[in-house]
Amino acid sequence: MTTTSAPPAAGTAPAAGPGRRHRAPIVQRVLGRNPLGWLFSAPYIVFVLVIYAFPLCFAVYMSFFDYFFAAPGANVTQPFVGLDNYIQVFTDPQVLQSFVNVGIFLIINVPLTVVLSLLLASGLNSITRFRTFLRTSYYVPYVTASVAIIGVWLFLFGQNGLINNILGPLAPSPSWLSSPVLAMPTIAIYVTWKGLGFYILLYLAALQNVPTELYESAATDGAGKVRQFFSVTVPGVRSATVLVLLLATITGANLFTEPYLLTGGGGPDGHSASPVLLVYQQGIQQGHPGYAAAIGIVLVIGVLIIGWLQNRFVGERD
Amino acid sequence: MTQTNQRMEPAPPPTRSPRRKRRDLANPRGLSRGQAIVQGIVLTIGAIAFLFPFYYMVVGSLQTSPNTTIAGAFPNPANLTLNNYVNIDSRIDLVQGLINSGIFTGGVLLGTVVFGVLAGYALAILQWRGRGVTFALALLVQTIPFQLLMIPLYVLIARSYGLADNYLGMILPFVINSAAVLIFRQYFLQLPRELFDAARVDGAGEFRLLWRIALPLVRPALVTALLLTFIGPWNEFLWPFLITKDASLQPLAVSLANYISNVSGSTANPYGAILAGAVVLAAPVVVLFIVFQRYFTSSDLGSSVKG
Repeated sequence: MTTTSAPPAAGTAPAAGPGRRHRAPIVQRVLGRNPLGWLFSAPYIVFVLVIYAFPLCFAVYMSFFDYFFAAPGANVTQPFVGLDNYIQVFTDPQVLQSFVNVGIFLIINVPLTVVLSLLLASGLNSITRFRTFLRTSYYVPYVTASVAIIGVWLFLFGQNGLINNILGPLAPSPSWLSSPVLAMPTIAIYVTWKGLGFYILLYLAALQNVPTELYESAATDGAGKVRQFFSVTVPGVRSATVLVLLLATITGANLFTEPYLLTGGGGPDGHSASPVLLVYQQGIQQGHPGYAAAIGIVLVIGVLIIGWLQNRFVGERD
Repeated sequence: MTQTNQRMEPAPPPTRSPRRKRRDLANPRGLSRGQAIVQGIVLTIGAIAFLFPFYYMVVGSLQTSPNTTIAGAFPNPANLTLNNYVNIDSRIDLVQGLINSGIFTGGVLLGTVVFGVLAGYALAILQWRGRGVTFALALLVQTIPFQLLMIPLYVLIARSYGLADNYLGMILPFVINSAAVLIFRQYFLQLPRELFDAARVDGAGEFRLLWRIALPLVRPALVTALLLTFIGPWNEFLWPFLITKDASLQPLAVSLANYISNVSGSTANPYGAILAGAVVLAAPVVVLFIVFQRYFTSSDLGSSVKG
């Protein structure tokens, strides 16, 4: 956060000068020097409160109730069930399986994302020719709808798809998306590939801020390109790495479209079901929004813990 | 984040080995010839891996019968047809789907431009109490995962407000893109303060300042923010999928997904039809981003996530 973002200090409000201090109207004393700022931001603030803040509180509230859908306007009492929903989250094998699945997903997806995007970004940063073409081709999957690309992946990774045809006798059986062991890793690789372009752009921005002098002095000290990469580039983009880790983890925990479409709703036998898929099935298909909200909250708490750990071990230590 | 991404240095001239040492010192990022070749190969393989599925999407959508052998990756004149496009159009109304996607996306773009620019201007230029908190909120909401909001938003919007199967219900959760607000703020911050002070002395009101002075100066930011905002609703699947059951209101991403998961088995060439739909869904975004690629650079996006 930049310093300009700090809330205006008490001293800035009566900027008219000490002599006219008492003349500052009450509106300006309460709302700051430009009360119009409130008016300009009001729609956005209302949006954040209605779409984020209130539903967030509502989710926590719902998770303690046996909440069910009622006809609009009907006045029904939703029984308070305390921690029952949470106990169910931790005892339901389906839910536990989905948490294991998303864990497998994150273990493959997050490190692969960080390594590949940093490597490709530093490659892209030092070339001069075809740079625009390469940069654009890397982010094309990111900007394209997952639903569209999933069509191609089904075609590529199907039982008789191109990948298996190229592999010939090496093709896995059962095939990629119908194997309980390979389904989740295949989804993880798909998501890594699709999102990489955005993270490459983030790393490219961070690489602009690594001072060239560091490379110069490393070269003078006799460090080769590989050594420079590990001693100058990697530490130089650490704050971007923290950001990439966090965003990749949040996006990964949000996994829904890919298991829903690539493996036909989390198959085979729930081995690629994600927690969000269960939130959808429990909350909307089966009408247990209270239970679904509890699954969501447990998931978010898990993401917060992972994010905190990442920040602690990768982030700046000062 | 003020510097631009295009750091186009001229390529160092090819040098003979006795001078290589000196060149390395002068331009430490320069690579030896061998390293440059390896790097070029890696980046090219990367580009092929990223682009091949798109090529294969188009090829597959034109095949009369799906050919998944290696030869099938190359267009074969004897196996070309546009029938898949006709087939998918008869199952899901492509034009209606595109119109629905357009309305959904247009509504979000409109909301983001109108309210996002106002908020970005207030956050960058105006002094008011609560500005810091609002800025922190704009950063914070980007980390709130949608999976947590999905159920309560569904209960509120579909059940309480009765906005299921309604464009407004589709647009509402996305109507102001927080990343775009932060991009606007970042660009307004870069404008010289004297400009605003001078105009205020001349008696210009804040609306006039924003409309006549600030906005024309940040036109590139407008394009970047619109591009970034565009991909959200155009590609969004989960929310419109939850909120629309009426097929005539579904955006193309939702109707194509429903086709993939439900009805594709009943067609002679399901893959051809799926890929044809995928091409129609992907083409507008891909074209848009190739045309406007210079507005979608790292430095512009950096401000949206780092503030």
